[in-house]
Amino acid sequence: MTKPLVAIRSVSKSFGEFQALKTVSLDVWPGEVMCLIGASGSGKTTLLRCINQLAAIDAGGIWLDGELLGVREQGGRLHRLNERAIGRQRLKTGMVFQRFNLFPHKTALENITEGPLQVQGRKSDEVRAEALELLRRVGLSAKADWYPAQLSGGQQQRVAIARALAMKPMLMLFDEPTSALDPELVGEVLAVMKELARSGMTMMVVTHELGFAREVADRVVYMDQGAIVEQGRASDVLGAPREERTKAFLSAVI
Amino acid sequence: MKPAPALAEGFPDLSGMRIAREPHWFRWLSAALIVLVLAAIVRAFAGGQIEWSYVSRFLTAKVILEGIVNTMVMAVLAMALGIVLGIVVAIMRLSPNPVLKTVAAGYTWLFRGTPLILQLLLWFNLALVFPTIGIPGLWSARAVDVMTPFLAAFLGLGINQGAYTSEVMRAGMLSVDIGQYEAAQAIGMGRLRALRRIVLPQAMRVVIPPLGNEFIGMVKATSLASVIQYPELLHNAENIYYANSRVIELLIVAGLWYLLVVSILTPLQMLLERRFARGTLRLAR
Repeated sequence: MTKPLVAIRSVSKSFGEFQALKTVSLDVWPGEVMCLIGASGSGKTTLLRCINQLAAIDAGGIWLDGELLGVREQGGRLHRLNERAIGRQRLKTGMVFQRFNLFPHKTALENITEGPLQVQGRKSDEVRAEALELLRRVGLSAKADWYPAQLSGGQQQRVAIARALAMKPMLMLFDEPTSALDPELVGEVLAVMKELARSGMTMMVVTHELGFAREVADRVVYMDQGAIVEQGRASDVLGAPREERTKAFLSAVI
Repeated sequence: MKPAPALAEGFPDLSGMRIAREPHWFRWLSAALIVLVLAAIVRAFAGGQIEWSYVSRFLTAKVILEGIVNTMVMAVLAMALGIVLGIVVAIMRLSPNPVLKTVAAGYTWLFRGTPLILQLLLWFNLALVFPTIGIPGLWSARAVDVMTPFLAAFLGLGINQGAYTSEVMRAGMLSVDIGQYEAAQAIGMGRLRALRRIVLPQAMRVVIPPLGNEFIGMVKATSLASVIQYPELLHNAENIYYANSRVIELLIVAGLWYLLVVSILTPLQMLLERRFARGTLRLAR
């Protein structure tokens, strides 16, 4: 029996008075492509950020590859892990941000090699060869020595995907990867993500691209007000939603 | 497909007409006035009680040249100390650790809150507080021997500069988008590595203009070290006029040297700015 790659159990998270996540539980299975949809403020981005520990959860637990994230249990209590241990856990996930967040003072190639060289301490010629291969995979071989400011939004996001893949993560997290792009640039990023999904990568994608969800997702999760309202196969959730809130959201989006 | 509709009449063709040059009478008039005032000032000084031959003779005197070298050595060293302290204190100030934060804020408060000349005098007279300094049982020395004018000036100027530079550095680090920290964390970097590799290089672009400003201030602030006998430019110029009473002439000599140094520093700053502007310009390739 296989185990879930990510197990989320009764996770809550508040920002001041605002409850972003209300006892959310969810499993993500190896090789699964999951799309999280919902209105802004529904908690889907917060859920991704908690898995990558950019936000610390208030209650509950998240296990990644069988390892409890952010805390360790000792003597019946939970103790926060130190920065180094959290950094080590983060290496299992790759994150792609809405606003790309490429390092503007480094070229496309340097953006990709930064993590493997500086954090993983790997050999430079081997890292460089892998980075060039990743650039080829996202269709940007010709742009290796270009700076982010010289690239279009779509190209920057493809470099950002390559940067995340360079760390060889087990799980890729996409936080609205196409929301900041001009409409004509969305397709090239989605194409790279589809190729990645076909290659068997486990992916959690927060998106408003319902067409992408329908085509690629193994499961669609609809969230509202910090809770999971409905989940299931893309054709079911998007085509024949059972919950009233899901129906209202889908009719507002389409 | 329909043909484009005909354009309306009554709007004459302006192509081929040039935009006329304005005469700018007021600019000419004000420039002439300023030249007149400047000429009057130059004439007044030329006819005043200044022996210009002393100025040209002492401009390259050995003592003056030694003074400008000492000024520059001190400015560079004290600024280096100030930048190192400034970066460390800025990082402490932005740390989540309340102890580090408070220490950093206290340092800035203390050294920005008192006059620089007072701090220099305190360092120089440290021997009055601690006649001997050292590590008990290992090493000790008389404070008057250790606290030379050079060391007192270096510590006084550098530590004071650190307090100001820390605020410049903090502003630079805050100017870097939070997404840059997050992206660095997402590829497994710790706080310090993210600061060193990702945030500080980007902050440098923002802080170089104010740091250039601070360095120019430092070059001139070294003249305060004349009160603690450090042989910098102003101190040496003073020593000469104590002997020959050519006060104004030697002050002009010192002033000319300060002006020259500052004039050289400005283009150097532009070179540095260009170095750290990597990736920010949409260069044509």
